[in-house]
Amino acid sequence: MIIRVRKPSDLSSSDITPEHVYVNRRMFLKQAAASAAGLALAPAALGALERSGPIRAPQQVDYARLKSELGEPVNSYKDITTYNNFYEFGTSKSDPAKNSGDFHPHPWTVAVEGHVKNPGSYHLEDFLAPYKLEDRVYRMRCVEAWSIVVPWRGFPLADLVKKAEPTGDAKFVEFTTVMRPSEMPGQRTGVLQWPYVEGLRLDEATNPLTLLVTGVYGKDLPNQNGAPLRLITPWKYGFKGIKSIVKIRFVEGMPHNTWWVTNPREYGFYANVNPHVDHPRWSQARERRLGELRRRETLMFNGYQDEVASMYAGMDLRKWF
Amino acid sequence: MNTKRIVLVLKVLLWLGALAPTVWMGAGAIFGWLGANPIEKLEHVSGMTALIALLATLVVTPVRRLTGWNPVIQLRRPMGLFAFYYVVLHFGVWMGLDLSLELSWITEDIAKRPYITVGFTGFLLLIPLALTSTKRSIRRLGKRWVKLHRLVYVAPALGVVHYYWLVKADVRIPLLMAAIYTALMLLRVPGWLKGRARRASVVERSLAKPVEGREPGNAMAVGAID
Ligand code: HEM
Repeated sequence: MIIRVRKPSDLSSSDITPEHVYVNRRMFLKQAAASAAGLALAPAALGALERSGPIRAPQQVDYARLKSELGEPVNSYKDITTYNNFYEFGTSKSDPAKNSGDFHPHPWTVAVEGHVKNPGSYHLEDFLAPYKLEDRVYRMRCVEAWSIVVPWRGFPLADLVKKAEPTGDAKFVEFTTVMRPSEMPGQRTGVLQWPYVEGLRLDEATNPLTLLVTGVYGKDLPNQNGAPLRLITPWKYGFKGIKSIVKIRFVEGMPHNTWWVTNPREYGFYANVNPHVDHPRWSQARERRLGELRRRETLMFNGYQDEVASMYAGMDLRKWF
Repeated sequence: MNTKRIVLVLKVLLWLGALAPTVWMGAGAIFGWLGANPIEKLEHVSGMTALIALLATLVVTPVRRLTGWNPVIQLRRPMGLFAFYYVVLHFGVWMGLDLSLELSWITEDIAKRPYITVGFTGFLLLIPLALTSTKRSIRRLGKRWVKLHRLVYVAPALGVVHYYWLVKADVRIPLLMAAIYTALMLLRVPGWLKGRARRASVVERSLAKPVEGREPGNAMAVGAID
């Protein structure tokens, strides 16, 4: 995938977005440059790039060498695409890569519904057209106490929320996964209630960290990672990152997310990464980063406290786990 | 083929089957086919093998009863020891690799995580059984050996509960294991009832006249533990 950028020296300081939001200095500059040029950063799902703006040279990004803002190297493409929790394709980590071959993410329709001024149902291409895709490296911490570092490609959910124009009644956003038992063998079992549902509070949905993701490692999302459209909230446990989204609904009441419905004692709505609140069956104080031998300490809000802690000020995070 | 040869062949097959998971794990570690989380993979393969081996050990006696072919009993001890070997391996991977031998993490998990507590109990119960699996112990402990080795019914039950508690939502295989365990236990009930009746009648007769001394060691090693 080719990413076109201006030279960093072309940047003015007003182009600078808070650095912690982004990958690392290098990626950040690319993104800033791209948006400064009024350009989508390689909208892979569209398959083509706008050809405008003062673009210098095509440049190949070596995704494997990207690092998070804490200097953590990204995991390999192979790890990211062969070790997945996506129960629609089976419950073991290797199942999604093996069983998702029959899944067809194109054509795809996304519905925006509920308490919004601009509801609608869109073909994926039209749905994505207005947005600028960016690459961002995020940690992902699974509730099962393992973690992985991933270079996602997507756009802030906040941009979509702005376009949808939620009304005063919209307090939460509810997401729904596609229901296709013929292509998703897991949906032919009763392991979970289908379709999978997740939700965010409206302020969480508009937090700058929250992404709607269409790609990984600069490529379109593979089926096993939630093609063609998934959610990423890096300060929350991985199960919040609902995959293969077909419906985004603005609602008044707290959505009944699938894992909470399955086992409310063990999984909450908020699911914020929190080393001080253990899961009943395992400690959340530590995690195994894939590729590392010794467990490392889990960070509060998965290391994104500066960006998200204020949303939960005054809340009892033991109660609202 | 005579009986000795058949038993030998069965034992060779048993060794091959029982060591296959070890070879697979070792080769996987060398050639890198254990996936993105190799420690978890080792934990899963060793744990699954341990549970299957424990259940397989419980298959021997019903097979003997149903077929009437007594020599099959000679497979029981090696099977039990293989089961123990895989539980030790499983525990070792957990303690040494998963928790990096950090004593505080280990004790915290054993105390606080019910699925670990239960698995650990199962492991502890198997230790005296492995230690007393020799012919000498059988002879020395006599009736107490029989009592002690009834723990082979408890350990797989704990293994099944451990498994059931550790899965997040997909309880299908743990439930299958529970069903197999239950079936294997139910198959023993007729034998136990008969045994009780036999013992009762022996007691009655012995009240009438003293019986000649039996050879407890052999009788127990072969028959008394079902
Ligand atoms: C009777 C003894 C035991 C048996 C039969 C047993 C069996 C099992 C089985 C069947 C699994 C699941 C494998 C799979 O998902 O494919 C498992 C997983 C596991 N066992 Fe055991 N186990 C035993 C004892 C222990 C002990 C003593 C420990 C540690 C103290 C332990 C720790 C674990 C862990 C950490 C996992 C993986 C959990 C996960 O994936 O989240 N087990 N065991």
